[in-house]
Amino acid sequence: MVNRETEPIFWTLFSAGGVVAALFLPVQLFIFGLAVPLGWMHAPAYPSMLALLHSPITRVYLFVLCSLPLFHFAHRFRYTLYDGLQIKHLNEVVFACCYGVAIVGTVAAGYLLWRL
Amino acid sequence: MSGLKEGSLHAPRSSATLPTSAASPAYTEFHPRWYRPPVSTYWWLGNWAYVKFILRELSSVAVAWTVAIILFQIRALIHGGDSYDRFEQRMSSPWMIAINVIAFGFLLMHSITWFNLAPKAMAVRIRGKRLPALLISGPQYLAWIVISVLVFVIVISRG
Repeated sequence: MVNRETEPIFWTLFSAGGVVAALFLPVQLFIFGLAVPLGWMHAPAYPSMLALLHSPITRVYLFVLCSLPLFHFAHRFRYTLYDGLQIKHLNEVVFACCYGVAIVGTVAAGYLLWRL
Repeated sequence: MSGLKEGSLHAPRSSATLPTSAASPAYTEFHPRWYRPPVSTYWWLGNWAYVKFILRELSSVAVAWTVAIILFQIRALIHGGDSYDRFEQRMSSPWMIAINVIAFGFLLMHSITWFNLAPKAMAVRIRGKRLPALLISGPQYLAWIVISVLVFVIVISRG
């Protein structure tokens, strides 16, 4: 778990994920969560989206886009519960759940993008 | 007074009567366990700076939410045209749009606070002088705009 030796690893993942999330996620959610559903933007055609997904660059991009921000989430949300909501007695459970989400999400992304 | 009579003043104390005795491993003679008054769960309410801090930290939930949407989108794309149509339908339900409006607000908050924090996190010095904050956060805002436009162009060109 987190101790003096492992803390830098978790913090580096948090930091790298924070950069990826800050730079790439807003535009992603804006396009597919708001602009397309609200009709501000023409929905991209399915075949060309699938073709885009098959390009190796897109697959690497999407893997990084899914994985690192989840580790950012795990670290930050863990400390939100710990410092913010003072949930200190469930520290181990919270740790397992937060990083569990990050690992499951990373494996799911890897599996989906690898098997294409 | 009864304790004095029984001579307990000089008797070795058990760890039950003195919690910071040698029985507890964290104890050293010069580091007593500090008294920490319990902090309320809602300590951050009532001060706008603290509320902003908690909101900023909670932006991580919006990050995880967005990743979940991307994963479902990839899955729908792989499963075929019908599956992708269903994904698009789900995304245009009023509930989904309401959640995504809030999530998008949190994502913007994360980006802005993240870029503004970078100059404080890394103190870049050139010839002994600290680089102005704008020179560190500025390029990040620029990169943010360039990347966003690029993703837009790529998706629109798929229309």
